[in-house]
Amino acid sequence: MIYVRNLHKHFGKLKVLRGIDCHIKPKEVVVVIGPSGSGKSTFLRCINVLEKPTDGEIIVDGFNMTDPRTNINKVREEVGMVFQHFNLFPHMTALENVALALEKVRKMPVAQAESVASEMLEKVGLKDKASNYPAQLSGGQQQRVAIARALAMRPKVMLFDEPTSALDPEMVGEVLAVMKGLAREGMTMVVVSHEMGFAKEVGDRAIFMDEGIIIEEGKPEDVFGNPQHERTQSFLSKILI
Amino acid sequence: MISLGVIRWDIIVDYMPMLLKVGVLTTLKLTVFSVGVGTVLGLFISLLRLSSWKPFSVIGVVYVDFFRGTPLLVQIFMFHFAILPAIIPGAFPSIISGLVALTLNSAAYIAEIFRAGIQSIDRGQMEAARSLGMTYPQAMRYVIIPQAFKRVIPALGNEFIAMLKDSSLVSVISVQELAMTGTLMSNRTYRPFEPWITVAILYLIMTMILSRFVAYLERRFGKGDIRA
Ligand SMILES: Nc1ncnc2c1ncn2[C@@H]1O[C@H](COP(=O)(O)OP(=O)(O)OP(=O)(O)O)[C@@H](O)[C@H]1O
Ligand SMILES: [Mg+2]
Repeated sequence: MIYVRNLHKHFGKLKVLRGIDCHIKPKEVVVVIGPSGSGKSTFLRCINVLEKPTDGEIIVDGFNMTDPRTNINKVREEVGMVFQHFNLFPHMTALENVALALEKVRKMPVAQAESVASEMLEKVGLKDKASNYPAQLSGGQQQRVAIARALAMRPKVMLFDEPTSALDPEMVGEVLAVMKGLAREGMTMVVVSHEMGFAKEVGDRAIFMDEGIIIEEGKPEDVFGNPQHERTQSFLSKILI
Repeated sequence: MISLGVIRWDIIVDYMPMLLKVGVLTTLKLTVFSVGVGTVLGLFISLLRLSSWKPFSVIGVVYVDFFRGTPLLVQIFMFHFAILPAIIPGAFPSIISGLVALTLNSAAYIAEIFRAGIQSIDRGQMEAARSLGMTYPQAMRYVIIPQAFKRVIPALGNEFIAMLKDSSLVSVISVQELAMTGTLMSNRTYRPFEPWITVAILYLIMTMILSRFVAYLERRFGKGDIRA
């Protein structure tokens, strides 16, 4: 589904990614962990080319994302993304947020887009909040709307960048529950998150990144429970206090 | 020295219909037109300016620099006596030259207002829109510009007030707006006092009403994104 080969990303002199190789199979749930600044977000954002890779190759669903002839917008329709800070459109209701890309990108008639959108809100448990604006929703609800917005495009892959780290603790569960449901339905997912429970329950693989490279990967219970590399051990000892 | 006793109230009363029906009305028309068309044009120029394609952004920068870096008075003369007659030969109606100069000038200031507004929108909005497969123009049109527009409404209101006052400059090419009406009144009555005080007060009434309205808009739209 996703092939990443020798991915490099530099911001000026700063070498954020220094040769990532990774293959994500259909229906696989991959959890990415690592210290702040290690390049996790940059890695995710390179997959749908929100950041242009400096070097290397990324193939998503058979499309070469680094080839200038590829219609990136078309591929992005297949790749949903959920952000740490939700990034809902504040001038639109929850329903309009979800329906917008269906209308403008998928070119659905308004009525059909809204019916799909309302179905998606129901899936994340927010059908009754359809006419609320983001500012009228809690953080957890906003993030679920954001997930519904991405799902509405019927993506083949979902990318999550720390989807619960901006949430109050009591709201983390509701978002993780939606994500676990997705994982069980067989969605291909790449999740940057330090939620160990989530990783162990539905993750097929955990990747530990540091300083722009993959240090260690394996079954989540192994990476979290029995890390082989010294840097992984020291990182986990810091987050698992 | 002049005391209230010698104020010729009758002159003010006599000329009031002309001051209102010709002067105030023309001033308002000039302002509404130049800020209205200037808003559309200004949005377009701000998008040029923000374009990542160098030739577009250069056009945007040069436009804004020119109209903000030269006096409006000079721009009015330039369009009336030089540019417009060169494009369309013959005597040019001063109202047209006036409108062209005011509109193009206003567009430059409004372009800067829009640029600041667009840049104030969180980067995550563009990213979220693009991640859904929207093109850059779609993301601008449906996500960024609507939010930016709401944010700059008070600034556009202030531009309207500034233009209402600056439109008095077109009196130099004899467009009969409020200031020109004051000149006529003064020439005909041989009295400077009543015409100019009256004209000043009429401007003041208009700008005071408008600034109240802008203050209301600031309360309504100024507070970011909450639309409860
Ligand atoms: N657009 C950019 N321009 C310059 N530097 C950037 C840019 N984006 C990220 N960086 C830098 O790249 C490095 C890696 O950033 P990245 O966001 O990928 O880390 P991360 O692993 O996601 O960290 P965190 O856990 O804090 O989110 C950081 O040092 C960051 O400052
Ligand atoms: Mg990050």
